[in-house]
Amino acid sequence: MKPVAFRYERPESIEEAVALLAEHGDEAKVLAGGQSLVPMLNMRLARPTVIVDVNRLPLGDVARTNGSWHVGATVRQADPRLAEIPLLGQCLPFVGHFVTRNRGTVGGSVAHADAAAELPLALTVLGGSIVTSAGRTIAAEEFFVTHFTTALEPGELLVGTRWPAAQPDTRHAFEEFALRRGDFALCMAAAISGPNGLRVAVGSVVDRPTVIEIDPAHPGASAAEQVEPWGTLHASAGYLRQLVRILVDRAVGRVT
Amino acid sequence: MGVATDRETWIGKAVPRLEDEPLLRGEGQFMDDIDPARKAGHAAILRSPFAHARVVSLDPSAALAHPDVIGVLTGEDVAAMSKPFPVGVEDPPPYYAAAHDVARYAGEPLAVVVARDRYTAEDAAELIEVEYEPLEPVMDAEAGEVVSDRSFSYGDPEAAFAAADLVVEGRYAFPRWTSCPIECYGVVANWNEATGVLTAWVNFQGPFTLHSVAAGALGLRGSKLRLITPPNSGGSFGIKATTYVYVVLIGLAARKLGVPVRWTEDRLEHLAGSSASTARITDLAAAFTSAGELLALRYDVLEDVGAYIRAPEPASLYRMHGALTGAYRAKHVAVRNRVVLTNRCPTGLNRGFGGPQLYMALERTMAIAAGKLGLDPAELARHNLIGPDEFPYRTPSGGLYDSGDYEGCLDDALELVDYDARRAEQRAARADGRLYGIGVACCVEPSISNMGYVTLALTAEERAAGLPKSGNAEGATVAISPLGGITVLIGTTPQGQGHATVAAQVAAEALGVAPEEIQVLTAVDTSTSAWTVSSGNYSSRFSGVGAGAVHLAAQKLAAKIAAIREHAGDESMSLRRVAGIAHWHTEALPPGMEPGLHETAFCAAPNLNAPDEEDRVAASAAHGFIADVAVVEVDRATGEVNVVDYATVHDAGRLLNPLIADGQVRGDFAHGAGAALFERVVYDEDGNLLTGTFMDYLCPTAPDLPAPKIGHRETPSPFTPLGAKGLGEGGTMSVPCAIANAVADALGVEGVEVPLTPGRVWELMR
Repeated sequence: MKPVAFRYERPESIEEAVALLAEHGDEAKVLAGGQSLVPMLNMRLARPTVIVDVNRLPLGDVARTNGSWHVGATVRQADPRLAEIPLLGQCLPFVGHFVTRNRGTVGGSVAHADAAAELPLALTVLGGSIVTSAGRTIAAEEFFVTHFTTALEPGELLVGTRWPAAQPDTRHAFEEFALRRGDFALCMAAAISGPNGLRVAVGSVVDRPTVIEIDPAHPGASAAEQVEPWGTLHASAGYLRQLVRILVDRAVGRVT
Repeated sequence: MGVATDRETWIGKAVPRLEDEPLLRGEGQFMDDIDPARKAGHAAILRSPFAHARVVSLDPSAALAHPDVIGVLTGEDVAAMSKPFPVGVEDPPPYYAAAHDVARYAGEPLAVVVARDRYTAEDAAELIEVEYEPLEPVMDAEAGEVVSDRSFSYGDPEAAFAAADLVVEGRYAFPRWTSCPIECYGVVANWNEATGVLTAWVNFQGPFTLHSVAAGALGLRGSKLRLITPPNSGGSFGIKATTYVYVVLIGLAARKLGVPVRWTEDRLEHLAGSSASTARITDLAAAFTSAGELLALRYDVLEDVGAYIRAPEPASLYRMHGALTGAYRAKHVAVRNRVVLTNRCPTGLNRGFGGPQLYMALERTMAIAAGKLGLDPAELARHNLIGPDEFPYRTPSGGLYDSGDYEGCLDDALELVDYDARRAEQRAARADGRLYGIGVACCVEPSISNMGYVTLALTAEERAAGLPKSGNAEGATVAISPLGGITVLIGTTPQGQGHATVAAQVAAEALGVAPEEIQVLTAVDTSTSAWTVSSGNYSSRFSGVGAGAVHLAAQKLAAKIAAIREHAGDESMSLRRVAGIAHWHTEALPPGMEPGLHETAFCAAPNLNAPDEEDRVAASAAHGFIADVAVVEVDRATGEVNVVDYATVHDAGRLLNPLIADGQVRGDFAHGAGAALFERVVYDEDGNLLTGTFMDYLCPTAPDLPAPKIGHRETPSPFTPLGAKGLGEGGTMSVPCAIANAVADALGVEGVEVPLTPGRVWELMR
């Protein structure tokens, strides 16, 4: 469990980081908190020749502007400022463990785009967006393409995420089922209810966080009909569909 | 016997662990903290990616061309430089520390690359070119090659079954699962060509029979294989017994390359290539009278030991052979034991060693029988439990149970959960449509194994050709320095259990000092320590013969001290003064007394026989008892099993340190609950390991487990010096079957199989 040799770069500016990513293309990987990347390096599942450490970049701010929160890419998942952001505060206790949250970053989790990760689901259901070094703002629903794949272009760095601020009369719920505390979820569901109606998304059982239209009379059952989970070692497809049914019902029940 | 009567007693006190301060200060000395062979090369092991494949060719030249590579040891080298490991069955398939012609499990070593550092070694291992010809793997135990097939009959089981009012038959599977120590294997090997001695620093745990097995494979007389364990080991729970395989592999690499070699096993290697428990399928039939008397048992056991039968297997089968009737008075038992090979990693020790598999079959049977007889399971158990006045109790298969208050423990466990109220709650819950269940398990927990039991894999005639075996001893040394400082050396290779604390308590009591004044050395050196072939940390033997040996050695010293005081005419002479006489002023010793204060003692339990001609064996010296009651509620929506309440009551004889005893019970409960609810090693049909990381091998963490209510009764063992029995393995025996019984009760089904993960339970509910 030792990584293959790589060159380690620690740029001091976004421009420098982007230049390194542009120069090395697919050979480069961005290191933020390292909680997913480092195990993959050690298991030699990831074999980049260049690691671009973004921890020195000025991406640590959490700021509220115009009805939304901007969270810099390297803000840690344990950062107490995140608690004020709707839904995010509910999800974070499910993200890994206390010690991994001390290192793991919001931006890293979003850019990694694990289909079973909580933060991409939260960002998607909230209708948040991703801000990149290329000056693009990409809606979360377009950003997550499939498991471990995002709309980032080669040489483009995720510099922050935008999270809608709390709205009056709006309620949020997050539900997750995992086999052990801190594990990746077998299934997740999130629901938001407010003046704009009800919005529901599911994760883990699909290849990316997915907003689904539900029948308000039968939220869980209607959600379960719309997913095609693939069975795993720990859960059959039928069981995962059952979890969708249960978690969507619970999440919707909490906000309506 | 003692030297004074008015001093403090330490045995039985909840003395805080002496080990903790150095550990909390980061002063533990684990494998990676010691650097015994400077400039050792670092090894990486190339392992087969296939479960079954012919190794057509293996070309290390690209690895050897790497400038920082010291050399490569191949499977061919291993075959040329060593012999197959000895094992206790006739004509076993040859098993070497690395494969050369055919790889038989995914993860089997094929070559060792030694380089200046581990990074380079791993890089170079990827440069070895191997051509494989994949072969069909055997993953179904029922299709596996049978390497041992023995049948036994005790009493008259046929007549008992013929006379029975009720026969309960079922098939019970127990999956392969494992130990998950925090520290994995580690070896530093140094081969000295001049002396012909291989010195290996290794976090080995014993049994030291495996030292002989390793020496046999290396063709070394035992004295030429020097094993040294570091003072601390980061857990084992059985699995580090198998480090011996890597002592041979890394030892051969050191010999071939002429440099010391260090190998530190990583977690991927550990999960794929170290060891695991056997997977067992048991067909069990039980004969009862209509009143609920258990008359007879008939076992048909299929034991999957993986790709090779590796010592000490087939011990998983025979460790419990004296206890086939569990805690019950049944007089007749028949058993057929078949050991089969599949293309999985070979098996070995894992906490409970054979007990979890046995009790899953026996205790599920008792629960099912209770239902068929219309009896409460606790009452059925009580009806059949061996009574307090029946000890020592000889089981049909030759086990000799020493003592115990079985019914008292069951009473206590029932009281701890308020059993009658729980049953009332169950009725109310069921009326509400909730899935609420209660499970009972009664298990006898053997400790201090008789090495002879494993020879039951041979017939009486085959056994007669060899040396009969009944060894079970442990050694210890107690010494007093010229200034009166006391040192205890133990040979039990502790891995976190607190042996040093208890050894200090035992010696302190004999010598009239406080435990903190005693230095306990836990590192074992087979060239200097007092050890024997049965030494080590297994079969919960510490409190019986491990602490017993400390006690005997300390008593020898105490007698000597008393004689010196008496001769000096000063009964209250300080220990320092006594030491002064023994070391500095030997003229003042009593006439004829040997100088020095340095005593070694070996402690063996009585009554352990080599298997007799009728295949009866007292497989263990001491037998604790556990009564567990599990109360669960199953979430109808998700299949999640919530353990609402859990009581575990142990009779492990005299408790030497109740604090440590409770710690053992808690850890053991966690390990057992892991088996019940989370853990299993899974391979796919092609032999690929699916649980190769901790993302998929689900070892429970603290928030995933309930806290058990713990109770104790203390019926001293007449067979151990201090009356103590082992208690560190019972939970893995009792918790899986107690929870399985509770879940079966909740769901109203018979066919429950651990681990009872939410997905599986949900399927059972449908």
